[in-house]
Amino acid sequence: MANLSVNSLIEKLGQVFGDSLNRCEQDFGEVTIEINKDDLLTVATQLRDHDDLKFEQLMDVTVVDYSTYGQDEWSTDEASSAGFSRGRENLDPLDARKAWSRERFAVVYHLQSIIYNQRLRVKCFVKENRPTIDSVLNVWNSANWFEREAFDLFGILFVGHPDLRRILTDYGFIGHPFRKDFPLIGNVELRYDAKQKRCVYEPVSIEPRVLVPRVIRAEKEEIVYVGSADKVDGSAKSGQKGKAS
Amino acid sequence: MAEIRNYTVNFGPQHPAAHGVLRLILEMDGETVVRADPHIGLLHRATEKLAESKPFNQSIGYMDRLDYVSMMCNEHAYVMAIEKLMGIEPPVRAQYIRVMFAEVTRVLNHLMWLGAHALDIGAMTVFLYAFREREALMDCYEAVSGARMHATYFRPGGVYRDLPDSMPKYQVSKFSNQKKVDELNANRQGSLLDFLWDFTESFPDRIDEYETLLTDNRIWKQRTVNVGVVSPDRALQLGFSGPMLRGSGIAWDLRKKQPYEVYDQMDFDIPIGKSGDCYDRYLVRIEEMRQSNKIIRQCIEWLRDNPGSVMLDNHKVTPPNRETMKHDMEALIHHFKLFTEGYCVPEGEVYSAVEHPKGEFGIYLVSDGANKPYRLKIRAPGFAHLAAMDEMVKGHMLADVVAIIGTQDIVFGEIDR
Repeated sequence: MANLSVNSLIEKLGQVFGDSLNRCEQDFGEVTIEINKDDLLTVATQLRDHDDLKFEQLMDVTVVDYSTYGQDEWSTDEASSAGFSRGRENLDPLDARKAWSRERFAVVYHLQSIIYNQRLRVKCFVKENRPTIDSVLNVWNSANWFEREAFDLFGILFVGHPDLRRILTDYGFIGHPFRKDFPLIGNVELRYDAKQKRCVYEPVSIEPRVLVPRVIRAEKEEIVYVGSADKVDGSAKSGQKGKAS
Repeated sequence: MAEIRNYTVNFGPQHPAAHGVLRLILEMDGETVVRADPHIGLLHRATEKLAESKPFNQSIGYMDRLDYVSMMCNEHAYVMAIEKLMGIEPPVRAQYIRVMFAEVTRVLNHLMWLGAHALDIGAMTVFLYAFREREALMDCYEAVSGARMHATYFRPGGVYRDLPDSMPKYQVSKFSNQKKVDELNANRQGSLLDFLWDFTESFPDRIDEYETLLTDNRIWKQRTVNVGVVSPDRALQLGFSGPMLRGSGIAWDLRKKQPYEVYDQMDFDIPIGKSGDCYDRYLVRIEEMRQSNKIIRQCIEWLRDNPGSVMLDNHKVTPPNRETMKHDMEALIHHFKLFTEGYCVPEGEVYSAVEHPKGEFGIYLVSDGANKPYRLKIRAPGFAHLAAMDEMVKGHMLADVVAIIGTQDIVFGEIDR
């Protein structure tokens, strides 16, 4: 039942938008469309107003910074005889296979239709050197703070937003903290200075550290289950998958 | 003639009625609010960024600390997102336990809301009454997870452990003698389910008690009726969800419309309001507590009859039990791998939403195949509600601002993240 309606949604999207969809796919029962950022306002208005779509609610606006997508900190290909040297100090810039080749940022909108009980994810990719996109504030008023947050944390500029101020970070904060190149520990720390009788900002004194390295394990075939029958089944399945690919 | 100007009031961030650290800049014309500009972020802890640096399981604890009055509901959305990406489904018993505790959490949240909201606009007794009932539910939290608030009880693949067979009991101290202790322990002789069942027996009467204090109370009505009215159209435009949306008359509840876990097995109703004011939202939440009570009872009945596993037996995701680890090498390796490296989640992106006590709580999870999330976005219901603050308070009196903060059920842990 749910599948059927998802398929009909995809069909409708295809009919209404045709070529302006760069990508339209279904994954985990969720429909994602990808559009050019120049088409955003027209597509958004139609998504809201078209009789067969009626996405009258914008639930969420967020940004994904894809700049380190698919990069790990621990080599899993080599045997363990190399021991601790498998940990990589820096990500290898020459590893072209792993570098993200598209625009750096994706602005992601989550829509909901109350009438048709449907959800839709809309994605727009935005370039790093000119991260601007039209504001959908006039289509869905709930975009107001979500766009402010996206600006604050990622530095995406929403054209036409009347009040694009920082929202979550401190007054006078510098930088966009959720970008992947912003350190987790931050750049400055705040303390009260008794002599000057005021709070002062200083460069952070703590060292960045990684407790658990980021690991990407490509195939599941190496994991062998022992025990009950269904587990053996599972490993056989993943083994086949490994051979096929 | 003297020049009359609007003046600006700084409300908070340390104000008892601001429900945490809300700084509200109010532009006033006499006692009427012309513009409200909430400044948030004073409790910003960058949960989403922290989660990117930790294996999936280690962020469950952060979820508790988002909306710190409805802890397990936050975990629920996060755990469901991981399960969706990995394509695993917890055992049915675990699903019932989750639903039961999600509803316990809803009652906890609404009790907190009711008490605080009433206290803010002048009714002190309700607060004390509400906390009396919260205490019993907190004990359930403690019995099942060891922690009264930050439970970290839901795990990908099920729940941390099965429901306990006995409840912790009060002991004699210099504050309570044997007679008093026996009285307190009277309903703690059986299992957790017995204790909770006993609670659900009396809870509807307790709700009646709150209602006698408020529902027909003239002062309560003067403070809430026709205050903060939101039309259905505006509620949709502003991204409202949960009781804020239902208070405006839109019958929308994810538990019914997009059922997850075993909510489709449950028999309950969705209360909706008519006029979209603070009073209707109050009625909606009161009725939700009664419905939650009903759901909890259905879960207890099922759980009593159906013992079984509460965790998947897939040791790639869930830890093997400690006893097996002592003699099984594989189990030891699984345990070691799981608690050092964690598990890798297949590449993909999901959005999983639950009907949180405050509205739609969503987790947007992007994984690139690693053992840590690539991006985690928390869609907090309160964020959208607070964004509408300006529109809701415009034209109201200063004192109504407090009523509207109360009716939005603001908790800063989730708004600032």
